[in-house]
Amino acid sequence: MKKPESVLIIGSGPIVIGQAAEFDYAGTQACKAMTEEGVRSILVNSNPATIMTDEGVADEVYIEPLTVPVLRRIIEKERPEGLLPTLGGQVGLNLAVDLHEAGVLEEFNVRLLGTPLDAIRRAEDRELFRTAMREIGEPTPPSAVVHSLAEAREALEEIGLPVAIRPAYTLGGTGGGFVRTMEEFERVVQTGLDASPITQILIERSLLGWKEVEYEVMRDGADTCITICNMENLDPMGVHTGDSIVVAPSQTLSDKDYQMLRSASLNIIRSLGIEGGCNVQLALAPRQDVVAWPPESMRAGGGVGVPHDEPLPYYVIEVNPRVSRSSALASKATGYPIARVAAKIAAGKRLDEIANQVTGRTQAAFEPALDYCVVKIPRWPFDKFEAGDRVLGTQMKATGEVMAIDRTFEAALQKAIRSLEFGGRTVLWEDSEVEHEPFRGSETPTDVRLWHLLAAVRADLPLDEIAKRSGVDPWFLERLEAIVQMERRLLAEPLTPALMRRAKRMGFADEQIANLAGSVDERIREQRLSWGIAPVYKMVDTCAAEFDAVTPYFYSTYEDENEAEPEPGNRALVVGSGPIRIGQGIEFDYASVKAAQALRAAGWGAVMANSNPETVSTDFDTSDRLYFEPLDEEAVRDILENEDGSQNGNASANGGVASILQFGGQTAINLAGPLTSAARPILGSSADVIDLAEDRRRFERFLADLGIPQPPGTAVSSVDEAVLAADAIGYPVLVRPSYVLGGRAMEIVQGVGDLARYVTQAQAAAPGKPILIDKYLAGIEVEVDAICGGPGDDAVLIPGIMEHIERAGVHSGDSMAVYPAPNLRAGEVATIIEYTRQIGIGLGVAGLMNIQYVIMRDSDDDGDVFVLEVNPRASRTVPFLSKVTGVPMVEVAVRAMLGEKLSEQGYPGGLWPSSPLVAVKAPVFSMSKLSGVDTHLGPEMKSTGEVMGVDVDYDRALNKALIAAGMAVPSKGRALLSIAEQDKPGAMSLIRELGEAGYELHATAGTAELIRGLGYEAQVCPKREVGGDPDVIDLIRSGQIDMVINTPEQISSNIRDGFHIRRAAAEQRIPCFTSIDTAHHAVGAMLEGGADYNVAPLPDYTAGRV
Amino acid sequence: MTEHTEAALVLADGAVFRGLALGAAADTWGEVVFNTSMTGYQEMLTDPSYAGQILVLTYPLIGNYGIDPPIDESRQVQVRGLIVRSECDSPSHPRGGMRLHDYLASAGIPGIAGVDTRAITRRIRHEGVMMGMIVPTDEVEAARQQLAELPAYDTQDFIDVGVDQPYSWSDGRPQALSNGSDESGPHIVVLDEGLKYNILRNLRRRGCRVTAMPPTSGVEDILSVNPQGVLLSPGPGDPQLREFQVQTATSLIGKLPIMGICMGHQVLGRAFGADTFKLKFGHRGGNHPVLEVPTGRIAITAQNHGYAVDPDGLSADVEVTHINLHDQTVEGLAHRAEPVFSIQYHAEASPGPLDNGHLFDRFLDLIGEVQGD
Repeated sequence: MKKPESVLIIGSGPIVIGQAAEFDYAGTQACKAMTEEGVRSILVNSNPATIMTDEGVADEVYIEPLTVPVLRRIIEKERPEGLLPTLGGQVGLNLAVDLHEAGVLEEFNVRLLGTPLDAIRRAEDRELFRTAMREIGEPTPPSAVVHSLAEAREALEEIGLPVAIRPAYTLGGTGGGFVRTMEEFERVVQTGLDASPITQILIERSLLGWKEVEYEVMRDGADTCITICNMENLDPMGVHTGDSIVVAPSQTLSDKDYQMLRSASLNIIRSLGIEGGCNVQLALAPRQDVVAWPPESMRAGGGVGVPHDEPLPYYVIEVNPRVSRSSALASKATGYPIARVAAKIAAGKRLDEIANQVTGRTQAAFEPALDYCVVKIPRWPFDKFEAGDRVLGTQMKATGEVMAIDRTFEAALQKAIRSLEFGGRTVLWEDSEVEHEPFRGSETPTDVRLWHLLAAVRADLPLDEIAKRSGVDPWFLERLEAIVQMERRLLAEPLTPALMRRAKRMGFADEQIANLAGSVDERIREQRLSWGIAPVYKMVDTCAAEFDAVTPYFYSTYEDENEAEPEPGNRALVVGSGPIRIGQGIEFDYASVKAAQALRAAGWGAVMANSNPETVSTDFDTSDRLYFEPLDEEAVRDILENEDGSQNGNASANGGVASILQFGGQTAINLAGPLTSAARPILGSSADVIDLAEDRRRFERFLADLGIPQPPGTAVSSVDEAVLAADAIGYPVLVRPSYVLGGRAMEIVQGVGDLARYVTQAQAAAPGKPILIDKYLAGIEVEVDAICGGPGDDAVLIPGIMEHIERAGVHSGDSMAVYPAPNLRAGEVATIIEYTRQIGIGLGVAGLMNIQYVIMRDSDDDGDVFVLEVNPRASRTVPFLSKVTGVPMVEVAVRAMLGEKLSEQGYPGGLWPSSPLVAVKAPVFSMSKLSGVDTHLGPEMKSTGEVMGVDVDYDRALNKALIAAGMAVPSKGRALLSIAEQDKPGAMSLIRELGEAGYELHATAGTAELIRGLGYEAQVCPKREVGGDPDVIDLIRSGQIDMVINTPEQISSNIRDGFHIRRAAAEQRIPCFTSIDTAHHAVGAMLEGGADYNVAPLPDYTAGRV
Repeated sequence: MTEHTEAALVLADGAVFRGLALGAAADTWGEVVFNTSMTGYQEMLTDPSYAGQILVLTYPLIGNYGIDPPIDESRQVQVRGLIVRSECDSPSHPRGGMRLHDYLASAGIPGIAGVDTRAITRRIRHEGVMMGMIVPTDEVEAARQQLAELPAYDTQDFIDVGVDQPYSWSDGRPQALSNGSDESGPHIVVLDEGLKYNILRNLRRRGCRVTAMPPTSGVEDILSVNPQGVLLSPGPGDPQLREFQVQTATSLIGKLPIMGICMGHQVLGRAFGADTFKLKFGHRGGNHPVLEVPTGRIAITAQNHGYAVDPDGLSADVEVTHINLHDQTVEGLAHRAEPVFSIQYHAEASPGPLDNGHLFDRFLDLIGEVQGD
């Protein structure tokens, strides 16, 4: 294929479950690859918190909604010669197909690069895929559609037990299930046929418990095919691979198995005609003593078992004809940059024409050889969503993942567990509820099954029985047993150098050894270092040391030879943000990457540490040295000591490498105290500054001394104290535990009853920990990011002020934020600037800080400004604000930390002049994927990602943000309103607008009364708890509602209708507003001409050219 | 769990790597080489081309899926010793039950587990392959002395690694030759210099009748069984010491279709007038890219060789058909006029990628063309 002159790259949009930072990594690599090839790149993404949308990555950057009409306008303007559809996840791929089907590609003569459209279709369409597999003789699980018991019996002859039975057209698979025996089969077939309105069921061979194996494959235009990596899931078939613990390379496959599945994968990529990367998922027969499979049913004719020297049976499950989460993992696991190579193949290069950057002298046409073991563990959000259904299945639920590398599985697994950053949930954690039934937790796949498996091994349950119940290959259970045996030795034996070394080689953290050996972490560290037991660092080089490699990508292990020697010159360690979770998303990876770039630009060596394989920060291109490690005190101190050669008590070779902690979210900032105690230098705000801002009492005193007001509040430790305090402050009050991340467990409480309940529950959850009670001020919430020059520089730069659309009380991460703040009065702005300056200088912040204010107005005069919170670190809004203001905030902050005054950098203090644009940041949720979780907005953060709408005025910008977030208000149609009593006064003007605009209004009884009272028609929908038929939930589920406005009652409860209304809307994927503020503004934007939005490159907005 | 005693690998350059003894309690010596394949330890251990060598596996977790005797690639374990980072004493696989340790012990082959195999690999990569010994840790000094006196790998002819009696291959195993075989299909003589059984399996799978003959078989011996083609097999050692086989090959060119693999390729290269030379640390692994010159396609190949053909002296009748993309060494040759070709890598895989079985088809096509004429 000929090289195009220009190419359009579609990003994957906001971070949602199933589509995370891996596509920022892929898109960024693709843009770099295009630049290297001399191809002009045009990038579109709605997600501002991405490196790919940063200046200098693509030639043209559009931050616009990912819809066909928007893309059409971009294509019309830019006239790209090619479109690269396979690097933007499922969103990018679907959009490319939609553009083709809408005739846009043909109209503007855009050709699809890389994998052709019919290959995409054959891979994505179930039936076409099965046909394609049949043609090349690759087995897919046998299945049949039948209409009677007789047909079912006949079909079973071919398929063989066990099978899965799925009735057609029933919700949630009612009437179906897995069957293992003939008796069960007859029964379930009958109930399934009865349950299906068209008397039809699908019978499919069940592969539950089979080994799940993946291959990452590449193919170029000359038909050269290679595999990059294979991966084996610890969780057998039945759990989504994104929710599985995955190990690379495969551990229990013989060479015969490995090569058989490799050949199958290459057959498949060839036959589909994919040009680029592709992920193949296969199921391989497990041990017969773990899960029985009948060999005779595997092959036509059958009758005899598989002979001993016959290959094991396998099935092809699925193919992803694009770069995926698995390919990002494979890239980081091997060092082979799949996205970059796939992009170059799309631009017409052959594999042997692409250099292997890792070795610098070999080509991309080879297969990586690993000389280590990689373990990936997903990071699930159930620490935030306790009500969520934790059972894992075919719907992915994890928000992020961690990866760890070591020379044994045990060590890699233990490092991965540390990387999850669960605090108390170390390897030793056990669920007290499962203690009495240790098998139960091993049987059901959940987010904590790994810990249950460990507990079962500790309880001395027979491994073969655990294997049978869980389907986990005994090889993995044996490894867990090895860990448990070491735990027992550490409990029982005196700690000797030999035992310590063995434990470290198995990945035991100092903390864990201290726990088991009855010591403390620091003592264990001192002891092992005095015995000369320190990690060495080995390189990820794609070739198992066969060639010299130049890529500085390292992991720790306890062996002999260290390959990461200290290097001269100024160097600093940027501590990344670990796995993506709610409250700590891709924004912090953005900041970490920018920090590394800024260090390099300032002539410093940038050292990066992170545990997240999805990110740009863990691209070996980003820093001068990358350590793929857990981000805990032990690992970071080991890295620092290795960097300056001071392990084993040697003097530091270069004066002590400093750490930069303010870009990696709470993960990194939490290390400030421990690193300071260990006498490690920190660049930027000191541990004391951080403590001053985070310690409530110190901070109160600090603000009081400056004369800056805060909502009145106090800390309490009993129900009685709480009630007294709340009486003094006045309801409503905001209550939360004293230590929070992302507003966890925060509530707004209106009266004494709820308060008593909250305090009792919180004390049960964390005995002895104080609870904070603050006056809840329902004012305008304002957020400011500022850069402080640090000691010796009295300048504080405020790149911009953002105003939240929702009143205070909705977590800032879930609020819609507008820049520049549209409704603030001049005096209020002046106060905010002054407070920000005083706080920054008073605290002694060096670098970034984020302050949240609330403004209370009771007249036409300027309102009172209160400080809600100060975070002396980069916040979630840094990428958004950097993009819309043009101030490279991270770079300015890093230069300030390195001693360059803001004025020397050309930035005066105070508020930076506003850009001639309006930008709205909107949150995006993954609620359709998390059953059981209430979707309403509140003080606890729930969103997984964000989008930006930018335009010349507020209504257009807001409308675009809503479109990009999938929350756009339909211009007409049916709206369902169910509004809580306390919100009804505030809802009146919204109802009038909807009524005037001609929406068909449906409402629950009380709300309908209000609507009629205002003079509009309203259809009453019976609540489910009243027992209507159809009730309000049925109405939503049947697709008769286009938009829901539902605000929660004060007493939150999952059994109430409001919860079910919100869940139904989430599952139906229709806009659901749970805040009157958001709904009001959204409807307003639609009615005020927001639909007439612009489409333009970001720099055109910032320069006022639109 | 087995409690192992300590053992050490002592290299000719004086470096010592201490670990735990694995397999048989015995001393050993040999040329220390590394292989980067991530699977296939049993196939590697039984590959006769490793005769005289101590094998370092770069993949750290070895023994995971146990040992399954029917997949042995020759009649015995062939390596002199095995060095691994971590040996699995509780294997798991639907087929393999035996532990690696027991397998090595019963074969009388020692090894070491628990050493920094990557450090050894890096040393070999920088210094080149060298002799080494596996000894108990208290014999390290003595081993250093001995290493200076041991015969160099390149001086050993390993002729005894091949068979001394002809045999056939049927029912998935070697069988004594019997007259009046009822098997049909093209008759191939395989000169067994130390072949892997999978070469014979590949030929059988394609319907050939196979007679394996000792490496010392002369042209008359070969022609006396009326083959339709001759395959020169892989085997250990320096091809410079195979002058007899080079002579045999030279005589056979023009008489029969010939395919050479690995050592067989080097023998053919010498027969075509080229010299062979020793590579610094060889090619051993399952991921080497080879350019097929005529098609421009890249093949991923299984490799195990320490020597290569120097193309400079090649006869003008011969073309270089395959080139290693990593170091540009010759990976395949073909005669321009005669049905003779060779590859340096292992079309039979085992272990390694199955991408190159078509080379056997090509051999059979050549035989078919000759028969058709």
